[in-house]
Amino acid sequence: MSYPPEMNELIKRVEKTRPARVERKKRGEEFPSIPLEKRGEMLKKYHPDFIKGNKRPIKIGPNKEYAISNEVVDLLEAKSRVDPDKINLSTAHFETDVLIIGGGGAGNAAALLARQQGAKVLIATKLRNGDANTMMAEGGIQAATKLEKDSPYFHYLDVMGGGHFKNDPELVYTLVNKAPKVMKWLVEDLGGMFSKFPDGRLKSMHGGGTSRKRMHYAGDITGAEIMRTLRDEVQNYPDDIKILEFSPAVELILNEHGQCAGAVLYNMETEEYYVVKAKAVVLATGGSGRLHIQDYMTTNHYGATGDGLVLGYRAGVKLCFLHTVQYHPTGAVFPEQAEGLLITEKFRGAGANLVNIDGEQFVYEREPRDVEASGIIRECSPEVGKGVPTPTGKFGVWLDSPMIDMLWGEGTVAKEFPGKVILFKRYDIDISKEPMLIYPTLHYQNGGLEINAKSETSLPGLFVAGEIAGGIHGENRLMGNSLLDVTVFGRIAGENAAVFAKQKARVGRLTLEHVKRYHKELEEAGIVTDRVAPMLLPDYSNPEVRKKQLTSSYLGTLR
Amino acid sequence: MAQTTQTKEELAETKETGLIPIFIMGQKYEVPPSLTIQKALEYAGYQLIRGCGCRGGICGACATVYRKPGSYRLEVGLSCQTVVEPYMYITQIPFFPANKATYDINLLEPTGETVASLYPEIFKCIGCNTCTRSCPMDIDVLEYISQAIRGNIRRAAEESFDCVMCGLCAARCPSELAQYLTAILCRRLYAKYQLAKAEHLEKQVKALEAGKFEADLRALMQTKEEQLKTLYKEREVEPAMADETWEPKDKSHL
Repeated sequence: MSYPPEMNELIKRVEKTRPARVERKKRGEEFPSIPLEKRGEMLKKYHPDFIKGNKRPIKIGPNKEYAISNEVVDLLEAKSRVDPDKINLSTAHFETDVLIIGGGGAGNAAALLARQQGAKVLIATKLRNGDANTMMAEGGIQAATKLEKDSPYFHYLDVMGGGHFKNDPELVYTLVNKAPKVMKWLVEDLGGMFSKFPDGRLKSMHGGGTSRKRMHYAGDITGAEIMRTLRDEVQNYPDDIKILEFSPAVELILNEHGQCAGAVLYNMETEEYYVVKAKAVVLATGGSGRLHIQDYMTTNHYGATGDGLVLGYRAGVKLCFLHTVQYHPTGAVFPEQAEGLLITEKFRGAGANLVNIDGEQFVYEREPRDVEASGIIRECSPEVGKGVPTPTGKFGVWLDSPMIDMLWGEGTVAKEFPGKVILFKRYDIDISKEPMLIYPTLHYQNGGLEINAKSETSLPGLFVAGEIAGGIHGENRLMGNSLLDVTVFGRIAGENAAVFAKQKARVGRLTLEHVKRYHKELEEAGIVTDRVAPMLLPDYSNPEVRKKQLTSSYLGTLR
Repeated sequence: MAQTTQTKEELAETKETGLIPIFIMGQKYEVPPSLTIQKALEYAGYQLIRGCGCRGGICGACATVYRKPGSYRLEVGLSCQTVVEPYMYITQIPFFPANKATYDINLLEPTGETVASLYPEIFKCIGCNTCTRSCPMDIDVLEYISQAIRGNIRRAAEESFDCVMCGLCAARCPSELAQYLTAILCRRLYAKYQLAKAEHLEKQVKALEAGKFEADLRALMQTKEEQLKTLYKEREVEPAMADETWEPKDKSHL
């Protein structure tokens, strides 16, 4: 495929300015970053969060009047997938100490720690165990492990600055303080194959908004390495940790004492519903990129449909920080097949500039993500008009990856970015010699359900961890802090859920009264809709085919 | 049996609609030629439950086998990464029942014997190289299995690093090996036991456990936003081109 001739012509402009840009970088001269005072202005003007008409206040529930993305409100203002009266709660199909909903990084970390506390665990997940955004995180995991230059103090400052100083201090404290220990767990205890120097020192890089190079990595597939290692470890204990795949939760179950005591699962293949009775529940369903907020393309996993937000909210847990959404600055826009695909921030951490159609730099490459994304959107906006057009009529800017070999030596791109090299090779593009065309892409749910530093929620017995939680990253997450977040809070949630199961869980009648109450609230608010939530999977099937799928319920022997 | 070569009429038809024919499990559908196999399945009307994961080429959920017209050769790919071609015969292998050994990683020794005892079937390898030809990530699977057989865990780990664990190697192996599972065992053994330990990590964890940063962090948590912003702006930033020997001028808070 490679680049078409007209794009190759434009790449020549990038090549022309490249040597001088590399020289400047070598001299330590950087493109001026946007001062802290000016960040707000930039965001208000160009960040998608600030475009009017894309948010609306939620009409019901614990965050009534809170304005967030229409796509999320649509899910919150929807009915249950199942009639709560039809579920027979007196028969549990599965019983366990700790039920973990979600099979990503947080869910698997929680399972391992709950097991360590002696709990029997059931992981219920929508797709396969390990099918999650964790698997797709590429760049790395932050932790202040290098004592001669870094400490949790600086990590804390960076996290707060990235989140516009709105983050919950207790959660940030927990994140940065537990980071080195989690790194030790992943690398030295579990045997995650991280990139190291021959003497064992972990390699580390900068990310956007970091003051020290503390982003540890495993090639450019850090998340995959963490995920496959955690999954392998979970699979080593089949007697203690059971896994139910293709069985997402559609409602939480409470008991008469007001504790979270299980969930209703839906087997997507046999279409039956299961009742799971548990002494504690960890909700770790991940993010919501597949809602395609404002029609943005996304880097997210197929299953990232925000299910846990719906489950938690119906059970009375508050939301926070969902008014901000993270758009990753660098998603692929060419070729068409790769649209939305994540191009790791590690490229910019290694010094690759962002340049416009004229081959000029227009933004410092290590701004926090929201600022960086806004810079790119501005460059491609009609008023600036310096975006590079694609054959499908979109615009992007160049991520100048060939600089990396020039800065750090021939072969660096091949060694540090093997995943992306293979991927672009399939399209006949050699990213060590040619730049990539990128545009911001929907990436991360900054906010979510409210938790405290113990991963507890306002609902006793319900613990929340990972992307579905809010507050840790304030209004904008920094690179390398989500892999950290899922492991730190996954562990905390698993451990505390197991302790709750042992010490606080009470036996009692199971109930779905909260779902019935929620339905009543919908009705009272005058919301008439046939929407059901959680969404479970996005629908990418052909609308023309859909029009012809006319069966509305079971007819004879077939649906 | 469905047909394997196109007729003239069909070629003419393709030109007119701009669509190309593909065969999904033998059934013919017309799809736009720019689509990946995954998107072509959706275009044809499937809503995927199995065989679809990250949609970005890393999770290994969408292992796919296909054959092009006029060829006996079975080719493989991840459906989210492979673009359709006219008259492709496509099927997905979303799950393969390979045997995963269970172990307590803390009790293992990083030796060839360990690998051999957990996955004795690796010695059944006949060296046919079908695994390598079946790898959508272009990994030299036979090479890493050979290294594992020889007990060279480091090489087995390094050679298999890009593995997405889709299972196509195991699905095609005449000797019934579970290559990708053997590989992760090797990687974990190598990373845990053979790579040198990160001393700085150990030291930092000890310092933390001794509460070294506690007062500093608690003070930061109490700091008012304006003051915090000043600290943020004034913090020393490690230069982009700095190497591992770099140390900040201001050593406080370390």
